[in-house]
Amino acid sequence: MDYTFFIQYWWFIISLLAALLVFLLFVQGGQTLIPQLSKTELEETMLVNSIGRKWEFTFTTLVTFGGAFFAAFPLFYSTSFGGAYWLWMIILFCFIIQAVSFEFRKKERNFLGTKTYNTFLLINGFLAPFLLGVVVGTFFTGSEFIINKDNFTTPFMPVISQWANSYHGLEALTNPRNILLGLVVLSLSRTLGSLYFINNVNDETLQKRAKKTATFCGTAFVILFITFLTITLLSEGFAVDPQTGIVSMEKYKYFNNLIEMPILLTILLIGTLSVLYGLGKTIFSKKTYTKGIWFAGTGAVLAILSLLLNIGYNNTAYYPSTFDLQSSITIFNSSSSYFTLRVMAAASLLVPIVFAYIFYTWRKMDKVSITKEEMQEEGHKY
Amino acid sequence: MEDLVLWSRAQFALTAMYHWLFVPLTLGLGVIIGIVETIYYKTKKEQWKTITKFWMRLFGVNFAIGVATGLILEFQFGTNWSNYSWFVGDIFGAPLAIEGIMAFFLESTFIAIMFFGWNKVSKGFHLTATWLTVFGASISALWILIANAWMQYPIGMTFNPDTVRNEMTNFWAVALSPIAMNKVFHTVLSCWVVGAAACIGVSSWFLLKKRHIDLAKKSIKIAAPIGIIAILLTIYTGDGSAYHVAQKQPMKLAAMEGLYRGQTQAPLIALGILKPEEKIKQNDKNPFYLNIQIPYVLSFLGYRNIDAFVPGINDILDGAYPTQDGHIPLSAKEKMASGKIALQALSDYRTAKKEGNIYKAETSLQTLNANYANFGYGFITEESQLIPSVPITFYAFRFMVIVGTFFLFLFGLMWYLGYKKKPYENYKLLNWLCIAGVPLAYMVSQSGWVVAEVGRQPWVIQDLMPTYSAISSLQTSSVITTFIIFCLLFTILLIAELKIMFKQINKGF
Repeated sequence: MDYTFFIQYWWFIISLLAALLVFLLFVQGGQTLIPQLSKTELEETMLVNSIGRKWEFTFTTLVTFGGAFFAAFPLFYSTSFGGAYWLWMIILFCFIIQAVSFEFRKKERNFLGTKTYNTFLLINGFLAPFLLGVVVGTFFTGSEFIINKDNFTTPFMPVISQWANSYHGLEALTNPRNILLGLVVLSLSRTLGSLYFINNVNDETLQKRAKKTATFCGTAFVILFITFLTITLLSEGFAVDPQTGIVSMEKYKYFNNLIEMPILLTILLIGTLSVLYGLGKTIFSKKTYTKGIWFAGTGAVLAILSLLLNIGYNNTAYYPSTFDLQSSITIFNSSSSYFTLRVMAAASLLVPIVFAYIFYTWRKMDKVSITKEEMQEEGHKY
Repeated sequence: MEDLVLWSRAQFALTAMYHWLFVPLTLGLGVIIGIVETIYYKTKKEQWKTITKFWMRLFGVNFAIGVATGLILEFQFGTNWSNYSWFVGDIFGAPLAIEGIMAFFLESTFIAIMFFGWNKVSKGFHLTATWLTVFGASISALWILIANAWMQYPIGMTFNPDTVRNEMTNFWAVALSPIAMNKVFHTVLSCWVVGAAACIGVSSWFLLKKRHIDLAKKSIKIAAPIGIIAILLTIYTGDGSAYHVAQKQPMKLAAMEGLYRGQTQAPLIALGILKPEEKIKQNDKNPFYLNIQIPYVLSFLGYRNIDAFVPGINDILDGAYPTQDGHIPLSAKEKMASGKIALQALSDYRTAKKEGNIYKAETSLQTLNANYANFGYGFITEESQLIPSVPITFYAFRFMVIVGTFFLFLFGLMWYLGYKKKPYENYKLLNWLCIAGVPLAYMVSQSGWVVAEVGRQPWVIQDLMPTYSAISSLQTSSVITTFIIFCLLFTILLIAELKIMFKQINKGF
């Protein structure tokens, strides 16, 4: 297996982690729905405890995603995090306030009061999916940076990656396409959050209300997603000449990629259909259909995986620079060395084991859904 | 530029120190909880479950804020140290990624069972989950400490001038370097000291209040032997650590000892008051107003030989001092000149490569390789930049050693008293001492990091990269702003955590 194989393998792992992260944002989506879905304190407690037992997976996936991106594609890590400073910092801040909120919100003498921690959960719930979507948007629309490795030997400012504006990432919020993807991810997370509650909370009233939000958010998601997809497939993309490494704009690049890599097209279609099936079955079933999260979740992972593979493979620059086209980052010019990628590929063989034990424990813990009775019992609660 | 470096460092120090307020308790208390729950599993007596659940409540509060403060540490390498991330990301990133895959998922999966699984899974499975959470946390420490040790003693890599970065060539040399292993044991075991001190301190408070006497005593009986084993091994690995520092980071050792002019048969300074820098410059033979020395010990600790010459700060700057293996060290000026040659050779190599001048590229590469060991010195403009803050390193080291030794006696005494009929509750002063031990343990733990990190300045990668060339290109005002936000946010969260913690303790078992 050669260098190219490992680079592509790692782009696959990163894309998979990102896709799983977006799926796990159902926790954030769920957080935004709590005030809307609960009418009593007991109902609020049920919802908070339902997602409160999953938030660490989202958090952990985010951290692992960061670590894996650093290890596999350090040039992206250094350029994007060090450059789009403010955008990333806001994302990090809204995850920091989430991490304490579940544990602290109901504890006596918690200093800030339950309301503040609930607000923290709302801020995290809305901002994290939206801003992560905006960041991924820049993978399609580009950012303003310049990379010059020769800087390293200049004594005055030896930093190789320079951001070309003083907004340091906030400028991404001025691009409608980025905003659109932010809204896509937000509406997806709210849809998945609704479907998760239907699955995880054993309470008819709450399930009914969650079905309503699933219908509303799901419809919004489908419309927004199709709009984003259409615009993206019809737009110019950042193509790389495999011989010279020169980056240029290519019309319908992302559409061409789908045609040239039919497997991605297939994954995208299966993913989209699976989301629609999970959503449709939940909305239109007369009885409460609790399995919607599995179909919609798997579908979301597949669709996002396809989109991210699309921007990395087939001679495409996945983190383009609109300021200096030739500084654009590709999986080849940003990857770690052959040796490191191989070492980490060995470590990545542990991933199936991780999936296995998460699946096993998740099954064990969720065998009984959250009920009113459990919430009134003694024991650890959020 | 200097301001930017300073604020970037301040932000890293702030966030790392805040994070380190919570990690030791997770690792240390985790082990105690694991043992208590194992006893419950074996004896099936409810009181052990009560004890387990009490400590677990405190563990949970502490764990949440540990997670919150830890997030930024992972991403900060990118946000504030972007040049560093590129220069060594090929090596440094791997432990971080492996940490995520191996450790974080283990922790986050099984901690949910620890807290919510009591009535959902079997006792055996619950116990396994508890141990796996503790194991996950320790594995996480393992990988990040390997990464830190590598920065202090870079090994197992080669510099690639085409990519302008270091690339890994030997994973096991990185993962199993003796310095990394020593650091892992020293740090993790010192966390057990904090855990034991916290457990004993809180239990002593119950004894003073005459509440839950039986359960508190049982907790102390578990914590004291763990504490004594942990502190003994921490001292042992601390000695190993000092030995490694002497070999690999002599400047750090000199700063730890306030040693400006080296000597053979060097004494260890047990206690001392340093003169101000200006006065030391006039006479570097005696930098102390007063001090207590233990003869020969520094030579022995550093080189396992009481006749060994231990170089002082000025010897290291001047070079050509006697060494154990007989090599003649370069002076700071020579290293700086060599570093500048290396930087220039890198520049020449890259230009020649672009121009297609193979001969020039080849000769430049040879020059670069010959001088690469001093690469980082090329960024140094004045000798004085090579000296870390002596007072901070010196006093932090003394604090760590002296107060650390206090715990040896405290745990020893508590262990001994455990065999008495009325062990602890008759000694009010001792109970108070145990309570005071809790903040002291945290301070000792923090001071250990201060020695390690302040003492290695200016290097972010020893000899290869000073902090100056490691940063992200940002406006200083941006970093000041995030520094203030972190400072406020973490302080507020810390207050919340402490208030909740005290309330939970007050509620009792």
